[in-house]
Amino acid sequence: MFRTLQLQSRALSRRSFLVTAGGLGVAVAFGGLPDLAYGAAIAPAAEGDFRPNAWVTIAADGSVSIIAPAVEMGQGITTTLPLLVAEELDADWNRVRVVQAPSDAETYGNPGFYGIQLTGGSESTRGYNALLRLTGAQTRLILMAAAAGMLNVPVRELTTEPNRVLHSSSGRTLDYGEIAASAVLPDPLPQATEADLKPSDRWRYIGSRTIPRIDVPSKINGTAVFGIDVQLPDMLYGAVLRAPVQDERPEAIDDADARSVPGVTHIVPLPYGVGIIGETVEATRRAKDLLNVTWSTTSRVRNYTSQRLLDEYRAVGRDLGQQGVSAHTNGDAEAAIAGAATVIEVDYMSDHVAHATMEPMNATALVTGDSVEIWAPTQGPTGTQGFAAGVVGTTPDKVKVNTTLLGGGFGRKAEADFIVDAVSLAKAVEGRPVKVIWSREDDVRHDKFRPLEAQHVKVGLDAEGNIVGWRHRIVADSIFARTLPPVFEEAGGHDDVVTDGAKFNYTVPAHQIEYLRQDNGLAIGFWFAVGVGYTRFAIECVVDEIAAVRGVDPVALRLELLKDQPRARNVIETVARMAQWDRARDGRGLGVAYSDAFGSHCAQVAEVSLNRDTGAIRVHKVWCAIDPGVAIQPRHIEAMMIAGITGGTGHALFEQINVVDGEVQESNFDTYRVIRMSEAPDIEVAVVPTPGSPFGGIGQAGLPPTGPAIANAVARLTGGVRLRHYPFTPERVKAALDA
Amino acid sequence: MTAFTINGRAVDVAAEPDTPLLWVIREHLKLTGTKFGCGIAQCGACTVHVDGEPTRSCQTFLEDVAGRDVTTIEGLSSDASHPLQRAWIAEQVPQCGYCQSGQIMQAAALLEHTPSPTRDEIVAHMDGNICRCGTYVRIISAIQRAAREG
Repeated sequence: MFRTLQLQSRALSRRSFLVTAGGLGVAVAFGGLPDLAYGAAIAPAAEGDFRPNAWVTIAADGSVSIIAPAVEMGQGITTTLPLLVAEELDADWNRVRVVQAPSDAETYGNPGFYGIQLTGGSESTRGYNALLRLTGAQTRLILMAAAAGMLNVPVRELTTEPNRVLHSSSGRTLDYGEIAASAVLPDPLPQATEADLKPSDRWRYIGSRTIPRIDVPSKINGTAVFGIDVQLPDMLYGAVLRAPVQDERPEAIDDADARSVPGVTHIVPLPYGVGIIGETVEATRRAKDLLNVTWSTTSRVRNYTSQRLLDEYRAVGRDLGQQGVSAHTNGDAEAAIAGAATVIEVDYMSDHVAHATMEPMNATALVTGDSVEIWAPTQGPTGTQGFAAGVVGTTPDKVKVNTTLLGGGFGRKAEADFIVDAVSLAKAVEGRPVKVIWSREDDVRHDKFRPLEAQHVKVGLDAEGNIVGWRHRIVADSIFARTLPPVFEEAGGHDDVVTDGAKFNYTVPAHQIEYLRQDNGLAIGFWFAVGVGYTRFAIECVVDEIAAVRGVDPVALRLELLKDQPRARNVIETVARMAQWDRARDGRGLGVAYSDAFGSHCAQVAEVSLNRDTGAIRVHKVWCAIDPGVAIQPRHIEAMMIAGITGGTGHALFEQINVVDGEVQESNFDTYRVIRMSEAPDIEVAVVPTPGSPFGGIGQAGLPPTGPAIANAVARLTGGVRLRHYPFTPERVKAALDA
Repeated sequence: MTAFTINGRAVDVAAEPDTPLLWVIREHLKLTGTKFGCGIAQCGACTVHVDGEPTRSCQTFLEDVAGRDVTTIEGLSSDASHPLQRAWIAEQVPQCGYCQSGQIMQAAALLEHTPSPTRDEIVAHMDGNICRCGTYVRIISAIQRAAREG
């Protein structure tokens, strides 16, 4: 047991904030955490015996515990954010322990993301970096002030090195642990402002290629704890049979066979399905298959057939008489296009895609009276509290969320349906925790897919080929109308995330973006890069269509449209050099695409070949140049680009959900095709940060350029055959070749 | 009761003989490093070794392993010292990490039979293991590193 120094920090603004002293806090045995303990690091919270109320805790042995306020789903954020604190605190990274934040939005909410705890949108580094760097700097100032008292010297004579304060003229040093063990907190507490942050040339950790991710060791020996791995004393298992069509209800339940399965203890009717509770996971799965349920037949989702609706969406996009909600208006694009010498008018579309996170939906809940405790792989602890409270009829503050590692998120785990399952079943057996695990089939069929969407793009060129106007109409249902109705209404019926990416940084004199919401009842959701994934598909392909009309090189055209943007030009020039853009390949085509989404500049070149008999596309290699502003962990940024490019290739070529009369046709990896190793391109990434620029988002920045780079490569390989519909299935490619 | 050996330890499990080995390992024996991904042997997240052969535990049943030797990721080495585990760290392979136990177990069987696999041999052997984060290029690098460094 160690005496510890606990500090509580609350942001008042991005520029300065106050640290209030929690006093010399209760002893917390951080030293008990094993080294490989990302998995174990959640254990204290899980046992309910440790609830940090601050960002940094320093123990007498010098170990520094830092809260990770965002959740880990493979994007490396539980290394990135504590690293920013450690950098400014001048902590020894080898003595840092990372602790996952408890559910407490007031303390740990993202200041750049509505102040809530929701990890998504590539918003974590962008939203938290100022607060966390100031927190680190302030903690360092406090340690120095305390050390000044202990050494009886003026604070201005002190400096720090990792984990210790130095008085260089006397040669005396104090380890952070020594200070934590014996210091009296300075009163008043020193304030930190941006002036106290290290200049970038003094960064020890930011930009280092040698700092590994903290969660990796636990992921190679089976010790990482994902939601599905949670084990609790007296735990029961739960399974839920869901209605085959969204919004249907069970009308009659014949559970005689299900009840007869040994180990099944409860059958629980739910508004949207039937739950089973049992002593073993296999009993609940078996019983689920034996339920005979008569479902209601009143849901309007029964009218939902995705391919028919997509044809309708395309027609809406083309019908310029139908006006949408303005997402962005700069000048009079339509008037400019009316006077153009050449008009390009095209439709781009994409089918629904599923998340299919490798870890299927699951959650564990314990209900005791009006209190709820949850262990779950959730992207949104704040939302989890709210939904769980709703099920039990309590208030969100009575809901404690223990966030585990996430076996993939991609936006799916920002939803709460799997949380509601666990809490609903746990409520039926108060006092015993219930772990609910979805089947993969349910995970796919009852996903919240990326929107089905059609886009109509109309661009006018003058006689010299200059763009005079750009009109972009996006036809899709809304995610925010379901998930954040106040945000949707405040925006006047515009959905920021569905149209995300349509606003670009190319210089055009008139630009109009419209959103035409379609409401057909099927719940749609956030997906890897969400709107950017398809809006940049359309935009980047249209830029190449313009280049073809003008007879100019696609790289040169982009550089021309980004004349005054050095960061954008740099990634495009870099990737063109890496790919040897001007070198022709026998039987293979190169295509380029660029994106400035998520605050990062990313350009990619794809090298593809095509089997003209089958229509199969092979992506051989993708080169990528990424400028994330500040590159906190360059090697990990490469990994994120690999993720975006590989996933981006798979979603452009294979991923497709079909809904027929409200029923999802795909159900598992045998029918929902995702990319495998033999189909994955070789990848080369250059990280080219721009010193002094803001911190960009990285998690999703790699995906948007990949699909259009592939489509543009196919067009250049085939003398202009355009693929305008995700995914580029062999049948669609054949049809385009034969057209 | 069904008796078998897991990671060198003799166990006797009271579960129905047709219980998937996956759930026996995860929920009866609490060795949660082996993952549930699809349940139909399409993704490889549940890969373990049965008598040294890579096996999808979701489509293997308790009765199938009676008297046999099962090895899971927890038993691959006692201290994460297997060449593949070291290479996985050196190459910083995992992202979400959920599939990686299965990837490593699948790769371990390859190196057992083919100590110096070609890139094509690696891809052919690993193609049944899905990684939704798309870590494939680093998996290939890590297997090559493990083969090289032993």
